[in-house]
Amino acid sequence: MGNIILELRGISKSFDGKKILDDLTLDIEKNEFVTLLGPSGCGKSTLLRIIGGFVKPDSGQVFFEGQDITLLPPEKRQVHTVFQKYSLFPHMNVSDNIAFGLKLKKKPKEYINEKVRYALHLVNMDGYGDRMTTSLSGGQQQRIAIARAIVNEPKMLLLDEPLGALDLKLRHEMQRELMRIKHEVGITFVYVTHDQEEALTMSDRIVVMNQGIIQQMGTSKSIYDEPQNAFVADFIGDSNIINGIMLKDRLVLIQGIEVECVDEGFDANEPVDVVIRPEDLIIGTKGSGFTNGIVTNLIYKGAYYDISVTAGTHEWSVQSNVPAAVNSEVSLSIDPENIQIMRKPKSSDEEVIDKLG
Amino acid sequence: MVDKLTDFISRFYVAIIAVFLYAPIAVLIVLSFNKSRSRVVWEGFTLDWYISLIHNRQIQSALMTTLALAFLSAFISLIIGTAAALGISSMKRRSHRTMMVLTNIPMLNADIVTGIALMLWMIQFMPLGFNSVLLSHITFNIPYVILAVLPKVKMMNLSIYNAGRDLGAGPLRAFFMLILPQLKDGMLSGFFMAFTMSMDDFVITYFTKGAGVNTLSTMIYGEIRKGIKPEMYALSTIIFTVVFGVLLVANGNTIGTKERKRGYE
Ligand SMILES: Nc1ncnc2c1ncn2[C@@H]1O[C@H](COP(=O)(O)OP(=O)(O)OP(=O)(O)O)[C@@H](O)[C@H]1O
Ligand SMILES: [Mg+2]
Repeated sequence: MGNIILELRGISKSFDGKKILDDLTLDIEKNEFVTLLGPSGCGKSTLLRIIGGFVKPDSGQVFFEGQDITLLPPEKRQVHTVFQKYSLFPHMNVSDNIAFGLKLKKKPKEYINEKVRYALHLVNMDGYGDRMTTSLSGGQQQRIAIARAIVNEPKMLLLDEPLGALDLKLRHEMQRELMRIKHEVGITFVYVTHDQEEALTMSDRIVVMNQGIIQQMGTSKSIYDEPQNAFVADFIGDSNIINGIMLKDRLVLIQGIEVECVDEGFDANEPVDVVIRPEDLIIGTKGSGFTNGIVTNLIYKGAYYDISVTAGTHEWSVQSNVPAAVNSEVSLSIDPENIQIMRKPKSSDEEVIDKLG
Repeated sequence: MVDKLTDFISRFYVAIIAVFLYAPIAVLIVLSFNKSRSRVVWEGFTLDWYISLIHNRQIQSALMTTLALAFLSAFISLIIGTAAALGISSMKRRSHRTMMVLTNIPMLNADIVTGIALMLWMIQFMPLGFNSVLLSHITFNIPYVILAVLPKVKMMNLSIYNAGRDLGAGPLRAFFMLILPQLKDGMLSGFFMAFTMSMDDFVITYFTKGAGVNTLSTMIYGEIRKGIKPEMYALSTIIFTVVFGVLLVANGNTIGTKERKRGYE
């Protein structure tokens, strides 16, 4: 891969003796849309600040196009950041905000005006140049923040929850807008969010982080369909995560019931996490599936029904297009293909898993 | 009903202030235009006292000294006070509180104590004169600047500084282009406050000035001991008008920005 633009090598960072990033290594390719996804406080922003140059790692190195930039101050990096909010300059109008970087570089006036016009057009804000930034809505402010960064033609754009403060509808609109902008200017995006849906729809590659380490990376599809541990499975989408024992290849014991699956290569009688997506469970008449249960709850969600089925001690979450009567006895069945078996992790995040157990 | 009552009380309050505070000043102003030297009889309008004021060398030099002192001390304490406010705001809680107490004491301290203390201190290092007065004025002005600037420092948005660095501004440039404009209002009112405090001061100046140097207030005091002349009314009127004007500008400035901000919301 000669196409790598940014390399993070063994990055560690602690605040007040608490380890936030732990020996993290990550490569980002040119033109990639990479999303850092993880729960609040897992160190996403800290990692972004290290890439932007606002925070120095305790150990490890940052390479940009092969050069070590670990100690380079932010103003010398060819990387720009779009912050979560409140980062426009309140004492300047929209045009002056966008022109800020170009003026520092002493570009000719004509060039600057042309660029500002282009950038305003790019973010769908033609004609807003003379407005004061404080008179703009949240979504408009974020567009200007994006325009202000892009106008300097950075090689990489860092976006730290840029849509976090917006309402749902505006967020969806801005997601499409961002993908269009990315397509038009063709630069590398590193995007931070804790909204998994946002990550799944926008990214080429998702990096799921928790407790300062990378839990899994891959395309949206691979993360969603093949989570590698219970944390990822739980964090991405709704999941039934249940303890199981791998009896032999392609046979797992769940709650005392033998269920066929397609996974191989585990030790005999190895304890595992079994992950089943709610939309993969099929409700049928009593006795037709691998287990029977009582319908305990039914919620209409617009496109589907959210059904809870209690079987033994476990409450299964099921998504179905057809309703099932509460208190009726039903069976659950599943295609062996849709069962995901995962090794129990031995690392530090075991406590997280236990909580889910 | 309650509205009417509070309305009445607030009007009444304004009236009392007007009578007790401004009536004496009004008398002073009227007398400065009085033809008679008498303090009780009005004999007609004149500008004589103002004209003789203009031709008075002693008064002119005192005026220049006063303005130079006010401007220099306000300017220097603006720089020191702003830096101090930035430093204090980034201190830990305890040192922050200690610093604020240390800042407040000179303002509450009796002027005469400050004056004598400064005088005793200054004569250890320099002959009393313009410089010692200037240093003293800077000393008592710094707390006013700190008090005016500190609230703005606390409200200041630091992510703007980071955004500026991100877009290519070095630390100094980002400070002057992005941090200082946010403190501008506080600095301006701090400057004007310091300016008027310096113009206003008599006691501390009196103790630290030594012989030969006179500000308007110390000069008026000296003159009055020889007997009150109507020129002094005229001079006092001018001082009052200038201070009043400066305060109006300073307050108008902060009120203006408040309204501008409100307009956006
Ligand atoms: N400058 C700092 N000083 C002390 N602690 C810090 C500092 N910056 C971050 N932290 C701590 O580091 C941890 C990770 O912070 P970070 O901002 O990277 O989280 P995040 O993943 O971006 O979370 P969120 O989704 O809430 O933004 C948090 O516990 C935070 O309190
Ligand atoms: Mg964050």
